[in-house]
Amino acid sequence: MAENVTTTPLDNADGDAVSGVEIQLNEVTKRYSGQREPAVDSFTMTVPAGNIVVFVGPSGCGKTTTMRMINRLIEPTSGKITIGGEDALSLDPDQLRRRVGYAIQQAGLFPHFTVTQNIAVVPGLLGWDKKKISDRVEEMMDLVGLDPSVFRDRFPRQLSGGQQQRVGVARALAADPPVLLMDEPFGAVDPITRGNLQDELLRLQEELHKTIVFVTHDFDEAVKLGDRIAVLGNQSKILQYDTPDAILANPADDTVAGFVGAGASLKQLTLLRVHEVEMTQAVTAKTSESVEEMRKRIDARGGRPFGLVLDERGRPLRWVHKRDLASGRRLSEAGRPVGDLVSKQSTLQDALEAMLTEGGGVAVTGGRGEYAGVLEMETVMNKIRELREEHGDGADE
Amino acid sequence: MSAFTAESGSRSAERGRLFAQPVAVLLIVAAVLVWAFTTDLDTVEQESINASSILTYTWQHLVLSVVITILVLVIALPLGVMLTRRWAKPAAPVFLAIANIGQAAPAVGVLVLFFLWTGLEGVAAAAPPIAFYALLPVLRNTIVGIQQVDPALVDAGRGIGMSSGAVLRRIELPLAIPLILAGLRTSLVLAVGTATLAQFVNGGGLGEMIDTGYKLDRVSVLTVGAVLAVALALLVDWLGAVAERYFGPKGIG
Ligand SMILES: Nc1ncnc2c1ncn2[C@@H]1O[C@H](COP(=O)(O)OP(=O)(O)OP(=O)(O)O)[C@@H](O)[C@H]1O
Ligand SMILES: [Mg+2]
Repeated sequence: MAENVTTTPLDNADGDAVSGVEIQLNEVTKRYSGQREPAVDSFTMTVPAGNIVVFVGPSGCGKTTTMRMINRLIEPTSGKITIGGEDALSLDPDQLRRRVGYAIQQAGLFPHFTVTQNIAVVPGLLGWDKKKISDRVEEMMDLVGLDPSVFRDRFPRQLSGGQQQRVGVARALAADPPVLLMDEPFGAVDPITRGNLQDELLRLQEELHKTIVFVTHDFDEAVKLGDRIAVLGNQSKILQYDTPDAILANPADDTVAGFVGAGASLKQLTLLRVHEVEMTQAVTAKTSESVEEMRKRIDARGGRPFGLVLDERGRPLRWVHKRDLASGRRLSEAGRPVGDLVSKQSTLQDALEAMLTEGGGVAVTGGRGEYAGVLEMETVMNKIRELREEHGDGADE
Repeated sequence: MSAFTAESGSRSAERGRLFAQPVAVLLIVAAVLVWAFTTDLDTVEQESINASSILTYTWQHLVLSVVITILVLVIALPLGVMLTRRWAKPAAPVFLAIANIGQAAPAVGVLVLFFLWTGLEGVAAAAPPIAFYALLPVLRNTIVGIQQVDPALVDAGRGIGMSSGAVLRRIELPLAIPLILAGLRTSLVLAVGTATLAQFVNGGGLGEMIDTGYKLDRVSVLTVGAVLAVALALLVDWLGAVAERYFGPKGIG
């Protein structure tokens, strides 16, 4: 999975619903005048078409500078940049920028333009006719979850921070650019809104398949959004460029490890879903059945002396130990109630959390809440170990 | 909550002023004119205080003010815009210093020096030096107004593909308009006031009445000229306030 980096240029016509194009940076250097050290030193990277690539790194390491060279808000001192195979440095910068979406922190909305006018800027610059523009504006507002009839004529200061960011994203996407550059676009909103905006970006991306370069300080954000993450050091040196999985499992060096931070394994568990690992099956019985029946099944299995009582619709109700199953009791009262459940869609991190409350394995449910299996602590441990080895390549040994 | 009431308070005060100021000006002018025409005037006074000469002086004063305004706009606005462009930024202090000198020097001095230097007379002699004297507020406010536009907005504009000219036209200038208009209002009030000096170079205007009244010791002529000059300045100030209110960008403030 870490190895599937596309190196052949793709273009728009390539089908597969990938509307993004590949970006290549080749030994790109930026030297600000009056500074001895270059801010970006010989940066080489391929951003695969239709992927989200996240630049993370400490403040001042050159993330913004690197990104802004792609749309030439900053002119590279040397090097070569191609977007969808086209040499970006030979294009007219204004024309180039109309084809590259750009979203920044605080959204950068024009305060004297309405939401509509803000979103319509790039289509206007491209000379679309009025009808097409207004249709497109409506479409974009729907796309980012803003009701046009409510928000169309508002000015930015009449919007919340999160709504402004949505308009910022809508504006960046309005002319359907294959490439989107986002510089800490969600940096200035509260954590909950940020989480929502991230979810929405992922949902949009599922539909649109743009090539997105995303800059952030926040490693967790990078893990959540990135198809690939580039951890950058000073002068934009690429310390590691890989999938979130691989970086979490095996940071390239101590600097990256420091940036990944404590709890790398836990973060990694946010990337995996319960249905992706193996479950075990517990002994089960419905509340309508008798305790003897259940005891028999537990004995027949011969494993651990536990079982799970389900309600009539098959949903987990109670954990029972064999010794709880004295004759004469009813299953609906034996043992203790199930404390926490996870679904097949839950992340392994949620599952681990639930295991800690349950004090062992956790019951897993399917789409309608019905019992699907049990996830054991051991399975999760094994999975972590497996990931480490898979991405290890002997780097640690 | 308190911010809200404070804001709406100052708003309603502003609205009241918008209405009250012209009314007050008209009342004062009417009162002075009624007084002037109903008192016994000697022949010297009659020569100045009659409908046709008052209209002529006022008209001359207005024309002069308009010419000055045009000069101020034509010079200070483009100059101010230019001095905020990256390539000209280093020159900004130089031009501001020159404009400061223009304003610090006594207006009469600038006027007379220009007259002596060019040998011109009338509006041509009066308008340029008075414009020079009055242009600093527009120049400074144009520069400051553009500089205070959030650089992130300029960056966003360029970043989504606006040319630098489009960013200037659609973002920077509209957002600088409130300050530019405030500067223009100050400039115009200065200009209308200073235009009373135009009579030194045969520029006409209400200054003639003030001068006549003073030299020939006719208080009535002096009063009418002075009150009309003040009224004109207040009217211009009011026009400026109206402009600020209706031509400012929507969605901010
Ligand atoms: N216009 C400029 N002129 C001179 N130096 C600059 C300029 N812009 C950035 N730099 C320098 O280049 C380096 C990289 O800056 P850059 O803005 O790319 O960092 P960054 O990684 O985006 O930081 P942050 O996370 O704080 O946004 C910094 O040392 C900065 O001081
Ligand atoms: Mg930055």
